[in-house]
Amino acid sequence: MSLFKEELKVINIGLKGFYEDLKKVGAKVVHVDWKPPLGGSKVAAILDKLEELKLDIETANEEAVKKILSAQPTLVGIAKAIDVVPGMKKNLILHAGPPITWNRMSGPLKGAVIGGLIYEGLAKNEEEAVKLVESGEIEFDPWHHHDGVGPMAGVATASMPVFIVENTTFGVRAYCTMNEGLGKVLRYGAYSQDVIDRLKWMEEVLYPVLAETLKLKGPINLKNLITQALQMGDECHNRNRAATSLFIREIAPALLDTSFSNKEKKQVLEFINSNDHFFLNLSMPAAKASLMPAEGTKGSTVVTVMARNGTDFGIRVAGLPGEWFVGPAQEVEGLYFPGFTKEDANPDIGDSTITETVGIGGFAMAAAPAIVKFVGGTAELALKTTVEMYEIAVSENDSYRVPALDFRGTPTGIDIRKVVEKGILPRINTGIAHKEPGIGQVGAGLTYPPINVFIDALERFVEVYSS
Amino acid sequence: MIHTVVRENAYHDSVTLMLATEEIKTIEGVEEALVGMGTETNKGFLRDLGMLTPESESATPNDLLIVVKGEEGILDKVLAKLDEFLKQKVETSDEERFAQSLDGALEMMPNANMVLISVAGEYAGREAMKALKRGLNVMLFSDNVSLEEEIKLKRYASEKGLLVMGPDCGTAIINGVPLAFANVVSRGNIGMVAAAGTGAQEVSSIISNLGGGVSQVIGTGGRDVKEAVGGITFLEGIRRLIEDDETHVIVLVSKPPHKSVIEKAIQLLKSSDKKHVVHFINGTVDDPNILTAETLEDAAAKAVLLSRGEPIEKDVYTVYDFIEGPNFKTLAKEEAQKISKGSYIRGLYSGGTLTSEAMVMITKEIGPVWSPSPLDPAYKLENIHESKEHTIVDMGEDEFTQGRPHPMIDFTMRKERLVKEYLDPDTAIILLDVVLGYGSNMDPASEIAEAVEEARSKTSDYVTVIAALCGTYGDPQNYNEQKKNLEEAGVHVFASNASAVRFAIDVWKELKA
Repeated sequence: MSLFKEELKVINIGLKGFYEDLKKVGAKVVHVDWKPPLGGSKVAAILDKLEELKLDIETANEEAVKKILSAQPTLVGIAKAIDVVPGMKKNLILHAGPPITWNRMSGPLKGAVIGGLIYEGLAKNEEEAVKLVESGEIEFDPWHHHDGVGPMAGVATASMPVFIVENTTFGVRAYCTMNEGLGKVLRYGAYSQDVIDRLKWMEEVLYPVLAETLKLKGPINLKNLITQALQMGDECHNRNRAATSLFIREIAPALLDTSFSNKEKKQVLEFINSNDHFFLNLSMPAAKASLMPAEGTKGSTVVTVMARNGTDFGIRVAGLPGEWFVGPAQEVEGLYFPGFTKEDANPDIGDSTITETVGIGGFAMAAAPAIVKFVGGTAELALKTTVEMYEIAVSENDSYRVPALDFRGTPTGIDIRKVVEKGILPRINTGIAHKEPGIGQVGAGLTYPPINVFIDALERFVEVYSS
Repeated sequence: MIHTVVRENAYHDSVTLMLATEEIKTIEGVEEALVGMGTETNKGFLRDLGMLTPESESATPNDLLIVVKGEEGILDKVLAKLDEFLKQKVETSDEERFAQSLDGALEMMPNANMVLISVAGEYAGREAMKALKRGLNVMLFSDNVSLEEEIKLKRYASEKGLLVMGPDCGTAIINGVPLAFANVVSRGNIGMVAAAGTGAQEVSSIISNLGGGVSQVIGTGGRDVKEAVGGITFLEGIRRLIEDDETHVIVLVSKPPHKSVIEKAIQLLKSSDKKHVVHFINGTVDDPNILTAETLEDAAAKAVLLSRGEPIEKDVYTVYDFIEGPNFKTLAKEEAQKISKGSYIRGLYSGGTLTSEAMVMITKEIGPVWSPSPLDPAYKLENIHESKEHTIVDMGEDEFTQGRPHPMIDFTMRKERLVKEYLDPDTAIILLDVVLGYGSNMDPASEIAEAVEEARSKTSDYVTVIAALCGTYGDPQNYNEQKKNLEEAGVHVFASNASAVRFAIDVWKELKA
């Protein structure tokens, strides 16, 4: 009733001329660059049903995000997958994205599977590997079914060393292999001898050196490293240079105290130092460990997983535990390395979208002006990208902050309702794999999830919570 | 005493923490403070200040240290202030940043209180409901919102004590801010509820031009006063104006509402000791206690007199009772002599209420008027583009605007029609409205002048062209310049629609005499 006593403050939705007129008279006004909801009338009906549910989704989402924000992802050690990853076994290959069968796998994923089998000593060459897979003796499962994540193809086998990241607030653990570097690497589907040799070196030198280093050093709080890296120009998905440097600072003194030879110590430091993305395989399990406690939050529409296997893009939602909502993996818009073009690119692949899911990566684009050229243009665009993501997020991060936005927290907790209703898709920064196995990374760029995964998830949510 | 709090694993950058420290030092009762990560440097500072405690000594660089020297019980205040500081969002100064949604806009302007919606009708209702659920008042400029949706929105708003203006509400002025199509009117003590868009513009502009002022103009949308909606917003508007201290005079403007709505409106007016003027275009109120007006300008004039506490001495006022005008009698005679052929009036309007007013006045004084939506269904034009005898068209109606901007913005159609009517040997008088204000064309006079000049270059026959200029001296188009441009093109300009129509009638009568 007090409207006439207040200063009028107007939100203008629609004709921009009205906004401009209001500005001219000096009125307080904000303009909405309005878009209709995703998917038209079918979706409007779902949204109407959603509103009729006797369910406090807001509170459920706040609860889910509270869990995500209170996470303390901490690197506690390294071990062989077989020894720590739940359900891991000799004939099991873990991969990125939602579940997929061999015949539907994309080139890079097939290549990585072949490489994994050769590395594991289960096959001598491509031919044997394919034969083995076709015999049905090899099982496949998404990393996400085993509390872990894998970048790009994300292939992990039993004897690969994995980082153990514990969310100390909740006592849950997430796993991820160590990053091999750029170019021709297993995660992009390369499986030549040098790829296998590097993986062996990682198992025989890198792993024991780092394992002993971590024993001496003690747990490393990854949240603090990510927080600092965001203030040093990383978004911890497509840029990990600062975080990798910070990681070296953390471990170097302890590494010098290990029992290994100077040559080995130097090799390890050089290996990490030469790979700007070494930290990606820590930011990813940190994100996963942060999101795991939110899985199963009753009545929540917050996304807990976004993942791609090179063929499909899948999401999972806190209030719909155990279910995948899947659509076609999209093309990536980006820049290509010399000698490659869009024609060479595989559709979107990898679990690294877990970073966007937790509120970094594309959602922290404004923190990483150095890579805006890679992902579409100007520093202004980077700011706009992050600002737009606030529209579909439940909350703002209380640790991950963006200097260019006056240290505002990054948008955190994607709400499928907001995505659908506002027609705004999560923005994803990503590397681009060659579509043929064995070639590797050909560029980097940005992409979006397929629209249907959010609509399908929302429809299922209404169905589940109506009964 | 020294208070120490260690927050494990809570990293913040040092600049933020230095600022936080400064902030905390401003709290009364705090002698000294340090907020920082548990680094050796910070511990050194604490040691020098004599504030290092075993707790702070054992903190790691990953832990946030909050150490305060001050009176007992100060810590709660410090922590509250610190948390507020670390959470605070800085509002960016960039004016051109747009939100992507209502919620995004609310982040940018958390205490917004009005949402102006002009998206396509099929989505407008949804957006309006979202706004109401967030406790915001709504102005729905959009049309094509279903009747059921309008009723649902208005009932919900009533429960929540919110206002829904529209759908199809073109004009409102709330707290001095013109919304959508509105004029720059002076603020004052006259409040208006209008179910008639250009009616509200005409009345508020004349009030302002006569030296009065407006407290609020509440638009309702035309359908609000029909039986189905029952005048929810119309009646709510009256109630609010009765309660509003700044409003001393209440003006109601509408096409005739349903009788149940009229009854309730009259009851409300009678329940209040505030003065009022009621004008239902082509309608009456049978109640001696209700002051009615004959025309829009009459309503404005009476409202201004009431607002000054002056007596109402005439049945019907015109603006020329207050401002200087020409000698209409002589001028009408002169014009009638110039007209060479035709004998009919042709009205080419852009405002719906102004159209109705013209039709009502001419029908009363001269006889039936043809139109796409006539007063008497027998006079419905078969072809809206072909005039017949006396014809008045509202070119802002859907059948004219399909795929085009409104004729207040885009004059193409009206200019073509003006030339056509001028060259029609049946035409004696052309009557126009020229609406100024926000939302309208920025130089309508030049558009009209161009068409008149074109027509006059094509024929030596003379047709009288009369324009009603609706707007205020404060409007962005510059009222006096617009008037001058029209006059230089040989158009007779009037300060109100009713006076313009009356002059057309006078000229026609002289022609027939």
